[in-house]
Amino acid sequence: MNYSTSEAVIVLDSVNVEYGYHQALHQVSLCVLANSCVTIAGPNGAGKTTLLASILGLCQIRTGLVKVLGRDLRDSPKFIRKHTGYVPQNVGIDPQIPLLVWDVISFGRLAHSSLFHNFSKKDKETIEEAAELVGIRHLLNRPFGYLSAGEQRKVALARVLAQQPKLLLLDEPLANLDLPAQAMLLELIDKIKSEKELTILLVSHDLTLLPKSCNQIVLMKKGRVILSASKEVALREDVLSNLYDCPVKVVPYKQRGAIFVEGKS
Amino acid sequence: MQLLEYSFLRYAFWGSILAGIGCSLVGVLVVTLQIPFLGVAISHAAFAGAICGIVLGINPLWMAYLFCAIVTFIIGPLADKANFRPEISVGILFSLMLGLAFLFLANIPGAKTEALSLMWGSILTINRTQLLIMAITSLLVLLFLVFLFKQIKVVLFNRQVANSLGIPERFIYYTIIILCSLVITANMSSIGGLLIFSLLINPAASALQLCYTFSRVCIVAVVIGVGSCLLGLLLSYHWNLPTGAMIILVSSIIFMLSLIFSPKKGFLKKIFLLKESI
Ligand SMILES: Nc1ncnc2c1ncn2[C@@H]1O[C@H](COP(=O)(O)OP(=O)(O)OP(=O)(O)O)[C@@H](O)[C@H]1O
Ligand SMILES: [Mg+2]
Repeated sequence: MNYSTSEAVIVLDSVNVEYGYHQALHQVSLCVLANSCVTIAGPNGAGKTTLLASILGLCQIRTGLVKVLGRDLRDSPKFIRKHTGYVPQNVGIDPQIPLLVWDVISFGRLAHSSLFHNFSKKDKETIEEAAELVGIRHLLNRPFGYLSAGEQRKVALARVLAQQPKLLLLDEPLANLDLPAQAMLLELIDKIKSEKELTILLVSHDLTLLPKSCNQIVLMKKGRVILSASKEVALREDVLSNLYDCPVKVVPYKQRGAIFVEGKS
Repeated sequence: MQLLEYSFLRYAFWGSILAGIGCSLVGVLVVTLQIPFLGVAISHAAFAGAICGIVLGINPLWMAYLFCAIVTFIIGPLADKANFRPEISVGILFSLMLGLAFLFLANIPGAKTEALSLMWGSILTINRTQLLIMAITSLLVLLFLVFLFKQIKVVLFNRQVANSLGIPERFIYYTIIILCSLVITANMSSIGGLLIFSLLINPAASALQLCYTFSRVCIVAVVIGVGSCLLGLLLSYHWNLPTGAMIILVSSIIFMLSLIFSPKKGFLKKIFLLKESI
């Protein structure tokens, strides 16, 4: 592999992941440089969630090399998980679960604390700051299970911010959010990226709504990475039409552009 | 004569308290982890094992542990799978265990009092050793909860999230299952092998109706569990009825009351409503 690995936060080399008979990742290779913001897109079942899971070692990796934050996943999974914030796609939570929003955000701090550890004053401040950043301070004392889906997403985001990670993995962070919340989230991503020197990987189905700082697009299809390139290269009609197997229209608007399916007629 | 009566009542009193603490705390863990079916399977395995022990002339407690261990090793890893639907395998295992228990029961030569008392439970006849075992298992559960409180909360929330934070979720999950077997086996002879499952579930389910935080659920479940045991003991002594049955009756009534008065359903909301208490 000819990447200079000192700069790379994530290096995947020919990674294969299988679930039973189904191969979810085929020879996936990917390099993500420090301080970049990467959007992963592709049809349902393309393996996007699996790709994120393989970075943390949450799924069984058959063959291939995974290096995150300069460490081999096989040697130091603990280190990698400690410094990586992961928001899963959908966490089915029992509404009766006896946890407050504060509890859930505080989970992020546990990545840095040994067993039997008590939260310090600084931990508590970090938790409240995280809630403040996401705009859910008023929810801190509410039972988590009874929040709306969008509110639960925001809590999950606050949880990973409280973790103060070096790498963020967000699986469809925009799902279930209302319009201002989507805009807020995109701005928040830009903000924390510039302030905290974070590397961010997010999965999104909406290529119209990308963070401004997004500088790399990874397109996946049927368990393979078919393209990893800049926005200008990836967000083209021919590329996207090929990705989704249907005609896709890209309408330029300001610097971004609206992307939608044209219909098969 | 008076003194003797006093001492066995004293044992029953402490036995009720210990059973209430151990069972309700394990119950909270099993219910919030959404694996109450594991409690069903384990309690029936313990029952079958104990009766098997009586038939073979081996200490029933050891056989109960053995059966629990076998069931734990079968269902634990199965329930570990994300897409596991417990109804079928637990249903099969549960009826298999009950079938085995009745098979062994039929083969006990002579009087079946010991085996029957395992079924209904007899807290009035527990001895020092049993009391000691109940105390040790309850203490283990308490220590586990106190020392790993935060980590347990993450595992109850979501095991994948716990894993992604580097929390030893497997260790916590299996410790919960093992503690569940230990508590069930330790309390079986006093509460009854067929009844103990309700003492596991009822206080936890009631507490979940009444409280919003994990620490409160634990405390309220213990209060309800101990309360049901003591009240059940008192009533059974008073009316000369089987103790285990009375305990279960009381705890079931408490559960129904908690359903009626649950703040989550709108009744008595103000009493239990949370303010600034984290
Ligand atoms: N635990 C599992 N067991 C078996 N197959 C699985 C499992 N998880 C995922 N798969 C399969 O692996 C493939 C990739 O799944 P993955 O969740 O990574 O897709 P995705 O790109 O995230 O899709 P979506 O956009 O719907 O979230 C799918 O075909 C899915 O059916
Ligand atoms: Mg997905």
